[in-house]
Amino acid sequence: MSELEKPLRAELTVEYPFTRTTGKVIGAFMTGLREKRLFGIKRSDGSVLVPPLEYDPVSSEPLTEMVEVSQSGVVETWTWIDPPRPQSPWDDPHALALIRLDGTDTSMLHAVLVGSRSEMRTGMRVTAQWKEERVGHIADLEGFIQETEEVHS
Amino acid sequence: MTDPNSTPASLSEEVEIPESISGLEPVRSVRSPIRLIYDFVPSPPVQEYLRSYKKKKILGHRSPIDGAVFVPPRGVDPRHGVLIEESVELSDTGHVGNFCITHLPIPGRDDLDTPYVSAWIHLDGANVGFLGLVSGCENDEVHIGMRVQAVWKEEEELGNTAENILYWKPTGEPAVPIEKAGNRAWDQADE
Repeated sequence: MSELEKPLRAELTVEYPFTRTTGKVIGAFMTGLREKRLFGIKRSDGSVLVPPLEYDPVSSEPLTEMVEVSQSGVVETWTWIDPPRPQSPWDDPHALALIRLDGTDTSMLHAVLVGSRSEMRTGMRVTAQWKEERVGHIADLEGFIQETEEVHS
Repeated sequence: MTDPNSTPASLSEEVEIPESISGLEPVRSVRSPIRLIYDFVPSPPVQEYLRSYKKKKILGHRSPIDGAVFVPPRGVDPRHGVLIEESVELSDTGHVGNFCITHLPIPGRDDLDTPYVSAWIHLDGANVGFLGLVSGCENDEVHIGMRVQAVWKEEEELGNTAENILYWKPTGEPAVPIEKAGNRAWDQADE
């Protein structure tokens, strides 16, 4: 009976099933996602924030003018995710990038799918890829893929 | 810069929703669950405690300071900060020290039919209670001081887990007087 017992271990999960109310601004952004459209919000100086905020980050003034923005933009910076995480949109390695959509003034964090890490670079042009089934959630936007020449020209 | 002392303006009701989505049912809420999955490796006293469940035994730890018995065993007396090495086998009988009737389902616990009773079970010979379900009687019959006994799973289903105890059922013995139930018994022992 000198057999050494292996220590017990168990996988435990702590989970909080939150549902958050969105308000008008974030709600409109989410509604847009469901409709395959991207919306930002305009500041008093004409600059556009994507995703939209309810208040101006500098003056604290309420923001009200929502505008539709381009579905293509430029990768400002990125990191490589390998192996993919449970929340990743794809089962393959991919990038997480800050993407500045054309005509907007902030960058948005989302996933970028390319064939390999060597194809990923700062400054590359990407375009939105949508899920078939959308419910009004940020994951409706599956991520971004490299923009093809046709789209660019 | 923003004056931190100024009162923030209330959220404007005048948000201009773009025409392309203005006629649509708006999204009003999003699900955003937070999940933490982790690997739990119990400390040596808890390993021993969990293994003993497989033999339908409940282990406690006896304090070297005053003999108080803790369950589950943690290896220390938290009142005095001293190590405990003496295990004691406890009876699977005790009384309800306190209880709560829950009417709302808990996400992820589909095995619990509401309303159910969770209770602090004070085992005979232990100085603290531990949590368990009380069943085998009407919920409104559960009371502080009620004598209970563990209902165990079938032999072949026993594992290294406290889940071996399905619930605690009333024994029908005379109740522990309320002034001696739960941690009150310990308070009086200290006097």
